[in-house]
Amino acid sequence: MTQRLPLIIFALVMALIPLVPGIPPFWIVLLDNIGLAALVAMGLVLLTGVGGLTSFGQAAFCGFGAYTTAVLTTAYGVSPWLTLPVSLLVSGIAAVLLGIVTVRLSGHYLPLGTIAWGIALFYLFSKLEFLGRNDGISGIPPLAIGAYKMLSPGTIYYAIWIAVLISAVLTLNLLDSRTGRAIRALRRGHIAAEAFGVQTPRAKLLVFIYAAVLAGLSGWLYAHFQRAANPTPFGPQAGIEYLFIAVVGGAGYVWGAVLGAGIVVILKEVLQSYLPYIFGGQSQLETIVFGILLVMLLQLAPSGVWPWLMARLPFKAVRRTVDNSLTLPARERAPTAAAVLLQLDKARKQFGGVTAVNDVSFDVRAREIVALIGPNGAGKSTTFNLVTGVLTATSGAISVLGRKVENAPPQEVVKLGVARTFQHVKLVPDMTVLENVAIGAHLRGHSGAVASMLRLDRADEARLLAEAARQIERVGLTDQIDQLAGSLSLGQQRIVEIARALCVDPMLLLLDEPAAGLRHMEKQRLAALLRQLRDGGMSVLLVEHDMGFVMDLADRIVVLDFGTKIAEGTPEAIKKNPEVIKAYLGAAA
Amino acid sequence: MNTTIMLFLLQDGITNGAIYALLGLALVLVFAVTRVILIPQGEFVTYGALSYAMLATGQVPGTAKLAVAMGLVAFGLDLFFARKSLHARLIARAVAVDIVFPVAVCLLTYALAGPKTPIAVNIALALLIVAAIGLFLYRIAFQPIAHTSVLVLLIASVGCHLALQGLGLVFFGAEGLRGPALSNVALTAGALRFTGQSLAVYGLTIGFIVALWLFFGYSLTGKALRATAVNRLGARLVGIRTTLSGQIAFLLASLIGAISGILIVPITTLYYDTGFLIGLKGFIAAIIGGLVSYPLTAIAAILVGVVEAFSSFYASNFKEVIVFTLILPVLVLRSLAAPAVEEEKD
Repeated sequence: MTQRLPLIIFALVMALIPLVPGIPPFWIVLLDNIGLAALVAMGLVLLTGVGGLTSFGQAAFCGFGAYTTAVLTTAYGVSPWLTLPVSLLVSGIAAVLLGIVTVRLSGHYLPLGTIAWGIALFYLFSKLEFLGRNDGISGIPPLAIGAYKMLSPGTIYYAIWIAVLISAVLTLNLLDSRTGRAIRALRRGHIAAEAFGVQTPRAKLLVFIYAAVLAGLSGWLYAHFQRAANPTPFGPQAGIEYLFIAVVGGAGYVWGAVLGAGIVVILKEVLQSYLPYIFGGQSQLETIVFGILLVMLLQLAPSGVWPWLMARLPFKAVRRTVDNSLTLPARERAPTAAAVLLQLDKARKQFGGVTAVNDVSFDVRAREIVALIGPNGAGKSTTFNLVTGVLTATSGAISVLGRKVENAPPQEVVKLGVARTFQHVKLVPDMTVLENVAIGAHLRGHSGAVASMLRLDRADEARLLAEAARQIERVGLTDQIDQLAGSLSLGQQRIVEIARALCVDPMLLLLDEPAAGLRHMEKQRLAALLRQLRDGGMSVLLVEHDMGFVMDLADRIVVLDFGTKIAEGTPEAIKKNPEVIKAYLGAAA
Repeated sequence: MNTTIMLFLLQDGITNGAIYALLGLALVLVFAVTRVILIPQGEFVTYGALSYAMLATGQVPGTAKLAVAMGLVAFGLDLFFARKSLHARLIARAVAVDIVFPVAVCLLTYALAGPKTPIAVNIALALLIVAAIGLFLYRIAFQPIAHTSVLVLLIASVGCHLALQGLGLVFFGAEGLRGPALSNVALTAGALRFTGQSLAVYGLTIGFIVALWLFFGYSLTGKALRATAVNRLGARLVGIRTTLSGQIAFLLASLIGAISGILIVPITTLYYDTGFLIGLKGFIAAIIGGLVSYPLTAIAAILVGVVEAFSSFYASNFKEVIVFTLILPVLVLRSLAAPAVEEEKD
């Protein structure tokens, strides 16, 4: 990303602030607090805003970071710098243990779970003898470089803000990568991401740990800044506040975390110092205003301040240039060219008493376009879900290239070269077409999270994007490559899904109603593309309601009705089949 | 440990558990109708309890004025959202519900409050005040964002909790309060002594469980409320007034919260911020009940109460740690049991 210049300017400004003569030391303290809060909020941006996992318990991870260094430096005399990796490690390990449980929680159970362990940990901190119970631990040594001790707020300021800037850059790098796309796809549900090989539980755990480590870093800095640690700043109230910061700033934006921290910390300070004058000496008035502001914010500007601000600034995002000459090595294929790609043998799926797919058998051979048709509710999409591993068959066998897949997860099925699109489009609407399509090539890249953060993934990343751009060109959407997927028409979104599936380098393409929402010309172009793919050696299994389209295109048609296969044959044979006519038009026809 | 201690702990646990059950029921009720996870439920408890306790000392609690203030805001919102289709009946309803009702309650409180006011009047006043607050809370905070995701509603709910808890400190001060007992009847069964208070707790809990279960399972209104939660648009299309459903749910929840508060304030001292923890324990029960089942929630609440009683005996320092850790395995089981449907968000 060519956002370096604003970043450097921001870093310079931040570096110069403490040097301004006559700046009140109190302002520096505020900036220190902003930096500390921004670190935690940045983790929440990744976790909640981008990954869709809401956590009210981040403050507890600050606690792990702070208490680790507090205990090690005061009781064992370890140097503060040596405790940094330990603090991060402890937060990370705590995150692994809590995360294994937490990320499995679905829907609203997840935030509730974080509230529960947030409170449990707070009480644990305040009851454990070696953590000093409610009084906490004081007398923590300051950070020091040689003989130079960072005692004043103005000196630790640099440690804090260097940490903020480094974290921001690493986080932005992470988001703009193969792993980042997988994380950004999480919020929209896991089915689409898994269909392209993303291990969603692992991706969720990764962001969970990442957010916890950032919080741990903040806690470590906090302990050496305050030179003391007690349970209060790591309790549920603080956890709520961090989430508030992320929402205020704009939960999907890394810099929103810094902005949000600035707004909230300053606001809190102002409220705490002025409200008592207005309303008399009562304490806690700021929480009232805070709560009311939070509710108002959600009602009036649910996406936060940062996107609002960005929309009003003159600079536009720089268009990403993709080097189309780079090629991605083809997916590893089974050595033999099998004649039968996909075989269903009495595949059956029951939901309670309903048999959605009733002992269906058919196959798809190499270089063949097979259409799966049938009235609504015939079990076509369920069949797709059985083949791609989204659902597990109740009985029967499904094999791809001779390999049994009826119990394989989606990530394994796609590795065999089966790529799909969805009846209800599953794109990430706030990612560009290019980024969405690149998710399809997920398994063909190999850079991990750490490599992405350190920008060691660029060669791999450029090849992935080049492949994505090539597939977008192939389906004829090059003009829309930089638009957000959500801004496209539904028909175009379906085409984007096809490009994404092509990025897998599949041998079998499963298309669920690809022509729905397309205009006549677009349908013809799609048909031409599919024929071209077949002639290039790919097979296609498609579900479609447009009979003209199907009859024209398919080599063979399988007809389902109420979950049962009623006919199979060439388009000509199917058109004349009395069973099919009966299913579509009723008995009298 | 001998049997007597065990029986005592059990009794203690069941009494607390019954309160948690009441709160759990209210949470399930609100979630089932509005999809709001009602964190401020705990504030309804403290508001009810402490308003009652203050009334018992002859003072007028600040919550009475809060109800009027919230009514005014609700009135403004009602008019603002209906500005394009204002007609007399609508305005009349807004005036009656948002202005006349809270002002009447407030005036009544000022008129009746005194050191000699009978307990029953104090209870009625406390309930009316909190019911008004609950009703307006939905109107002000949740009705404008009723269509958004569970998550947004949850964050808003946390915001409401913060504001109400802060206001609680203003109204009731940092000192804890205790209220007079509802009755001084006591029964003795072996080593155990049942006070009238705890019997009232049991009776009301069972009564509410049965009533809510019947209401939602068998009455048309109850089914309409549930339909609202599943699909607001669908419910509106078949003629259910979804905003009214939400208001009814909050009204009931705040009433139940206030009743629970009044039931426990003679037993334990309550502080302005006690409600949060009590509410959360109701939550644990509600979550164990999957936020849908009333009987299951009640059983779970009793379990939470008993676990709490026993852990406060054996490891009193770690009571809260144990109770809140209890929820994690339950959440995991719940998540695994939940159907693997794709959630369509945003």
